[in-house]
Amino acid sequence: MREIEAKVVTETVSALIQDACYHLADDVITALRRAEEREESPAARNVLARLLENADAAARDAIPLCQDTGMAVVFLELGQDVHIVGGDLYGAVQEGVRRAYAEGYLRKSVVNRPFSARINTQDNTPAVIHAAIVPGEKLKITALAKGFGSENMSRLAMLPPAKGRAGVVDFVVRCVDEAGANPCPPVIVGVGIGGTAEKCLLLAKEALLRKVGDPHPDSEIAALETEMLKRVNDLGIGAMGYGGRITALAVHCEVFPTHIASLPVAVNLQCHSVRHRETVL
Amino acid sequence: MKTNSKIARRVKLPLSDDVLETLHAGDEILLTGIMYVGRDAAHKRMMEALQAGEPLPVDLRGQVIYFMGPTPARPGKAIGAAGPTSSYRMDAYSPRLMAEGLKGMIGKGMRSRDVKEAIKKYRAVYLGAIGGAGALISGCIKKVEVVAYEDLGAEALRRMEVQDFPATVINDMHGCDLYEEGKARFRIAGPA
Repeated sequence: MREIEAKVVTETVSALIQDACYHLADDVITALRRAEEREESPAARNVLARLLENADAAARDAIPLCQDTGMAVVFLELGQDVHIVGGDLYGAVQEGVRRAYAEGYLRKSVVNRPFSARINTQDNTPAVIHAAIVPGEKLKITALAKGFGSENMSRLAMLPPAKGRAGVVDFVVRCVDEAGANPCPPVIVGVGIGGTAEKCLLLAKEALLRKVGDPHPDSEIAALETEMLKRVNDLGIGAMGYGGRITALAVHCEVFPTHIASLPVAVNLQCHSVRHRETVL
Repeated sequence: MKTNSKIARRVKLPLSDDVLETLHAGDEILLTGIMYVGRDAAHKRMMEALQAGEPLPVDLRGQVIYFMGPTPARPGKAIGAAGPTSSYRMDAYSPRLMAEGLKGMIGKGMRSRDVKEAIKKYRAVYLGAIGGAGALISGCIKKVEVVAYEDLGAEALRRMEVQDFPATVINDMHGCDLYEEGKARFRIAGPA
């Protein structure tokens, strides 16, 4: 049995979120540079150049990449041989979020009573926590600061199985088309296929955590991703919706078995300001 | 700040009727002067005031409003990250504010048919700022003051002084829409 102190979890979560909100990850910068090289539309190319400048300005001047510093989503993979000491695990995560948004000069965007008074919780908690118990004696923490311009464009469809592969592709492409300029393209398209309704949406979110443009290890799923990316980029929406060849930097799919009666498909969009970090304790 | 397509035109705020007439969808401009800032909650309050027959907390006649809620300013800085938020959430309020004299809106993303009609009717404009460029835009903001609804925090109504704030004309008073035109130009396939 290995012991991990709750306060280490708090410090780790705080550091991961702050780093993600100020420093655009290398895989995203590489993807934006490639997009800028390939883009034919001058207006879209100008946007891509500005986004790269923005990443420099954020790091240099200590200003967050985007004013929507998101709602925090924290994924935990807890080894079953780990014992958290000196506090409870979820409490430690929430304290880490609280600290990140206060110390990091990040915007507190979470409101309570969403259907009525919409009162700001003032510290950006609660975070959404997804925990899994895994073998071993390590704790993997992944923190995602999820902006809602893109989150608002999420969709779920419980397709009849007869719709098949073509139905899945059409649904995903239609989601991106209807979202248009709203989710701040170029986007990363997270797609979940299978499971139950809530599992499918979670798969779509987990798909966003992959390095931008890394194909799925399963070749059939990787081919599906490639086809969807081409179809999405044929839409012509372009960076910020100004018209162009690059609407998405990547399409990532995660797949899970499902029931004989259904073909669930979920889309979770991520703007180019991809802000997640992970570490293993 | 460098531009890498065409030379952006410098435009003074508030927008004069003469300048408004010359703005066309797709134009890249650099704004200098005063703009107001408000998003969902401030718009809701302004609408409640109008419905109750009360005056708006600021005179928006001839002015431009930027849909934005910043991150907190670090000590010594005017403001934190300050990029646009999605404009469609203000669609329910914008036509009424244009009827009150508002001449311009800055945000990102698509507007409703009603808003586009109101832009033509009231000879106004909808401008796009670059979503996700909050750090870059922050550098164009010289001065910020909260002018109403301070309790709303990041959503309070603000007045800002900006210099060379980069924007692109999305919907002009002549009925043109950059999102529709841009997509049509580069679209290879029909919708799914």
